[in-house]
Amino acid sequence: MTAVEDRETAQPTAEIGRDRRRKEDQRLITGRTRWTDNITLPGMLHVAMVRSPFAHATIANIDTAAAAAALNVVTVITGREVADEQGGLPNAWPITPDQVTPVHPPIAVDRVTFAGEVVAVVVARSAAAARDAAELVDVDYDELPAALDLKAAAEATPENGGALAHPDLGTNKSALWRFDSSEAGTGQNVDAAIEAARSDGIVIEREYRQQRLIPAFMEPRSTVVDPTGEQITMWSATQIPHILRFLLAAVTGVSEAKIRVIAPDVGGGFGGKLQTTPEEFIVFLLARRLGKPVKYTETRSESLMSAHHGRDQWQRLTLAATKDGTVTGLKVDLLADLGAYVSLVGGGVPVLGAFMFNAIYKFPAYRFTCQTVLTNKTWTDAYRGAGRPEATYAIERLMDELAAELGVDPMTIRQKNWITHEEFPFTTVAGLTYDSGNYEAATARAKEMFGYDELRAEQRKRRESADPVQLGIGISTFTEMCGLAPSRVLGSLDYGAGGWEHASVRMLPTGKVELITGASAHGQGHETAFSQIVADRLGVPFEDVEVLHGDTQVAAKGMDTYGSRSLVVGGEAVVRAADKVIEKAKVIAAHLLEASSDDLEFKRGRFEVRGTDAGLGIGEIALATFAAHNLPDGVEASLDSDATFDPVNFNYPHGTHLCAMEVDTETGQVTMRKYVACDDIGNIINPLIVSGQMHGGLVQGIAQALWEEAVYDDAGTLVTGSFVDYLLPTAADTISFELDHTFSPATTNTLGTKGVGEAGTIASTPAVVNAVVDAVRHLGVNDIQMPCTPERVWKAIRTGMAAPTQEAAMPHFDAAEPGRSSTEGADQ
Amino acid sequence: MTRISLTVDGMSVSDDVEPRMLLVQYLREVLGKTGTVIGCDTSNCGACTVHLNGTSVKSCNVLAVQADGAEVTTIEGLATNGQLHPMQTAFRECHGLQCGFCTPGMIMQATDLLKENPHPSEQEIRLGLEGNLCRCTGYHNIVRAVQYAAEHAETPTGGPR
Repeated sequence: MTAVEDRETAQPTAEIGRDRRRKEDQRLITGRTRWTDNITLPGMLHVAMVRSPFAHATIANIDTAAAAAALNVVTVITGREVADEQGGLPNAWPITPDQVTPVHPPIAVDRVTFAGEVVAVVVARSAAAARDAAELVDVDYDELPAALDLKAAAEATPENGGALAHPDLGTNKSALWRFDSSEAGTGQNVDAAIEAARSDGIVIEREYRQQRLIPAFMEPRSTVVDPTGEQITMWSATQIPHILRFLLAAVTGVSEAKIRVIAPDVGGGFGGKLQTTPEEFIVFLLARRLGKPVKYTETRSESLMSAHHGRDQWQRLTLAATKDGTVTGLKVDLLADLGAYVSLVGGGVPVLGAFMFNAIYKFPAYRFTCQTVLTNKTWTDAYRGAGRPEATYAIERLMDELAAELGVDPMTIRQKNWITHEEFPFTTVAGLTYDSGNYEAATARAKEMFGYDELRAEQRKRRESADPVQLGIGISTFTEMCGLAPSRVLGSLDYGAGGWEHASVRMLPTGKVELITGASAHGQGHETAFSQIVADRLGVPFEDVEVLHGDTQVAAKGMDTYGSRSLVVGGEAVVRAADKVIEKAKVIAAHLLEASSDDLEFKRGRFEVRGTDAGLGIGEIALATFAAHNLPDGVEASLDSDATFDPVNFNYPHGTHLCAMEVDTETGQVTMRKYVACDDIGNIINPLIVSGQMHGGLVQGIAQALWEEAVYDDAGTLVTGSFVDYLLPTAADTISFELDHTFSPATTNTLGTKGVGEAGTIASTPAVVNAVVDAVRHLGVNDIQMPCTPERVWKAIRTGMAAPTQEAAMPHFDAAEPGRSSTEGADQ
Repeated sequence: MTRISLTVDGMSVSDDVEPRMLLVQYLREVLGKTGTVIGCDTSNCGACTVHLNGTSVKSCNVLAVQADGAEVTTIEGLATNGQLHPMQTAFRECHGLQCGFCTPGMIMQATDLLKENPHPSEQEIRLGLEGNLCRCTGYHNIVRAVQYAAEHAETPTGGPR
């Protein structure tokens, strides 16, 4: 599906590869920040949301009289009052033509479908007055049966009386998405492979749970809309100002040209702010109605219950292999919980994983089936990695299981099956072409850093001495597809937009440079990394480059930031725009130097006439172009250039992560002892920023393995509704990491870079769980459901020790009790 | 309404506030000290950490009226005469921040930590920052930043009082 582009990779230069300290930091460390909630405008009004405490109920009546009469309250609005004008929230990725997609009104009209859904809004002169009055809104609900358990919801029909998230739809099943390598022509028939392995080989069958997680960005979402004047300006804590602007226009009918969206300083996203939210549409509507600036900032409790969640899958897996450990086929059956609505790209998240279950391995046969399911819980969508962590977890856990069943080292099994470095480019059974990589090199380096053999020896000793604290070693040899995404591929997957990115380089008369990027950073350090690229390309000082982004009036075109795309797609657009500036400047330089442009050489920011001392700096040419006194005939007075880059392929970072966990078999307490990662992300622009992305990504993945889970009770109330109960790791829970890199440059962008934003999260979860299971496998444990809390680990050990070894190693498809909420915090 | 008078980042201020107003709301909404931010509603995240009479507090956990007569230092008052506080420098130098939302609280907490223990071990740093959540950095470089500040403390840490 891809062609590798023939572009030379960049040579190491002055700025690229340097540990530049970030340009962003000065304002952030001194508190001179522009968070959306900091914005105050004359006459600004404040909004408080009235949210449903019930997971599923009809709205019998809403009495707003007391709230409307309260001091300083401007108005109170219910869904019914705006039913005709509020529109529905968009789903940009209907994954099948027959996808069942419930209408998603920003304010619920007749029925609420999850606890936290907005039923009324109060507008007042202050946030405090709005919140006070929201308490006075009296809503009568008639509770309905709630679809909460994912498996039960998938089976529910009107006939069997199972609870339906949207009774009018007659089903909870939204879409069934399927990929089969024998049908796609990318591989063989997986049923035949499994059948063959059953008679003469080995079949591993497992079921894994991807618990529901909450992105939990540190800055709560906030939106300000100012309708003053001819234009409507929205500031929002979003990852996607451009997509938001387009969809605001598409849903409300207001001309796109009249809408300006600004994502000012944005405090983290992790996919959680890759959304067009009910709150944004509500504030937009209110500001237009009232003709005044309106602000809404959520509380953390509101954020946890109503901003979209992530993951939440059951994965049923069948792996076939020969007796020597060569994998012959993989079958994946997923149930994915959408929550109450099909969000912006939520239906597509498991589809992003569909191409990654085969990971770095040469599987000859593969089938992937995913059923997306509606439930009466918070809607789900992208969370760091989006589909790829789920896939990576499944396959990396399975490879360990295969090794255990065959009684060989899990690294040996991986080596036997992975693509060797001589085999690139390699077209996988899922139809992707991996352009570059070297799994052997990354693994060798990681093992060396880790002291793999020594730790294995210590593990053996502890087992022999029956040490109460056992040691486990977890491996994750991961890859991912990122750099979203080739527009044609997105089109073939029925996604509603393209995957290009845009950049503009403006040469100012003083010789300074403005770079405008459509990628919208929220902590990634674009201002610094992109400045380094421009500085090298144009030969100007790093300090002379100003990066502008996140405002649709300044950065008019863009596809925003997610999917580890900013550098590999947006960075390439920057390179191409800068190269166009050089091309334009060359014509003017030749004219001014009275030389043939063929005789000019551009080096370190100067055009020089070969073999002479004559030359002109790019800044001098910028000034001459600005003055325009002496330009060649027919040449415009501008060096400014745009580029829109659409990648021809995804981008495939990979790495080997090794984790050592100590497990106290008497208490179930797990402690991380060592974590080593050798990642291959191609060429690196700024090693300091890369290490930061890795550290943060690792901890989010480790947190899924050990601590985090969104838990609902039997009534559909989010139990983990504050930071008291939703356990984000603290500094005291984590350790320092050891990182290194190998370098297989990407072949599909000039700089040879690969994405890094999601790598740590994708890789680390299976490394940690593999380590925990490895520590107690000899006690009869072959799985522990995430998060691996002390209670779960302790119970798994007790269960394993009580069972004969053979039985403990058996698959346990029926481990979950039917009818129980699948996101319940109870143990397996 | 209750009259309060206090010093914030070296400036004397006096206002009538509702008794229920939190210190962080007073700082942000009345004084415009928006460098201090609100990250949660259960005093778990520490994003709003400031110094109250020289000691770090979560300003969402203090009523404005409790700060009457006090001296408050926020992230905006930590640098003196245009010179960054060593802890601010350390966070930039060690890439101890990404989105930067937790950073004001983290820096204020870290300066207090070093005031009490100028040469902490890694574990002491980790325990000392336990009340401040960061979602971006995995804490690795925040710990490095505090170590760096401890090693490079040219001036007594803790900032202006």
